[in-house]
Amino acid sequence: MAKHPVTLTVNGDEHDLLIEPRKTLLAVLRDTIGLTGTKEGCSTGDCGACTVIVDGKAVTSCMVLGVTASGKEITTIEGLASDGELHPVQQAFIDTGGYQCGFCTPGFIMASKALIDENPDRTEEEFRHALGGNICRCTGYTKILEAVLQAAEEIRTTVK
Amino acid sequence: MKSFAFFEPTTLAEASRLFAEEHAQLLAGGTDLVIGMKAYTETPQSVISLQKIPGLAGITTDGDSITIGAMTKVREVELSGDIQQHHTALAEGASEIGSIQIRNLATLGGNIAHASPAADTVAGLLVADAQVDIASADGERSVPINELFTGPGQTVLAPGEIITRFRLPSPASGSHYIKHKIREVMDLAFIGVAAAVNLDNGTITDARIGLAAVAPTPIRATAAENLLKGNEPTPELIEQAGEAAAAGCSPISDLRCSAEHRTEMVNVLTKRTVQNALARARE
Repeated sequence: MAKHPVTLTVNGDEHDLLIEPRKTLLAVLRDTIGLTGTKEGCSTGDCGACTVIVDGKAVTSCMVLGVTASGKEITTIEGLASDGELHPVQQAFIDTGGYQCGFCTPGFIMASKALIDENPDRTEEEFRHALGGNICRCTGYTKILEAVLQAAEEIRTTVK
Repeated sequence: MKSFAFFEPTTLAEASRLFAEEHAQLLAGGTDLVIGMKAYTETPQSVISLQKIPGLAGITTDGDSITIGAMTKVREVELSGDIQQHHTALAEGASEIGSIQIRNLATLGGNIAHASPAADTVAGLLVADAQVDIASADGERSVPINELFTGPGQTVLAPGEIITRFRLPSPASGSHYIKHKIREVMDLAFIGVAAAVNLDNGTITDARIGLAAVAPTPIRATAAENLLKGNEPTPELIEQAGEAAAAGCSPISDLRCSAEHRTEMVNVLTKRTVQNALARARE
């Protein structure tokens, strides 16, 4: 089938690509652009490992056709650090040990960043519920939640 | 995933014409279709995206009535102040779908057009008495939501017909949705029950009960509604309404739970949603 021309803005960089319509955004990010930080877990939208931020919203990139992301702003885990400084959410995951094997970590960090951007004042229970679309196979949830709460606190105080 | 031709029409007429072809599928949020195509349970030859057609997304309020575009994300339905206030059961149903990541993709039109008897937004739309506006190359028509479904995955939509919006008439004074499930999030409903009531001086002037995953299509519990209408909500009456709702459903047994369990829970949860809708109506 014919390839389609698309323009994806990923972490601020424009990519003019020719892609097959059947390629998911996840596949385009990893295989075409070479950004392998975003992970493929279940491939059915259940695990959240493939979470990226599209136009400010966290989405499971395994459920998005790459052609439909043309013209949109995409942020992946590779785009969070700036000038060699980790994003507060990334730093918090390191500080608290919010990762074990690390496979779910990019998805958790992107989902957490979007949640904190939307509302950093969530309670622990609300963050726990809102992160229900991300699974950690190592079951490191306690430390992940600590990281999210620490990052939310830091972002809250920096903004104020 | 099998290869397919991809179209991004910018008008409904063009989308309808493409969708009327054989082996064509509409793409709204993609959360069902893309997963189905990966699993080869969906093998369309052409996929028609609705994302470039202007005017299909958004929530507008006009006096008492609210219109929700078919391409509106369910996350937006969940967070809309107007929907939360006037059609609480629908906002609650939207908030029960998948995860936030999925709700940021999935659309209200897709959740309904997919015609799963267990769709989380359907009970809320049933008790809102929603009208479904449908467009095709031949023009427009409108059907009440309780006449849309004909079976699991089946609707009255003809080839080429596209749901464009849901119109919710004046709201009930209180409504509530309960999803019977095991997991807090990322679960499918064992059953879904919504109730909406109007109260006037302690008398129920109108009652609507919507049931999901208890029959081949989502249904209204009309026998239970008729018991409630025109009466004061006594515990005995609500008890009878629960039993009537359970008597009117025809669930299946499957991997998730048995038909007997579903029937019993229709009774229990109908009573609970009616009580909660009444409590909200009194607020």
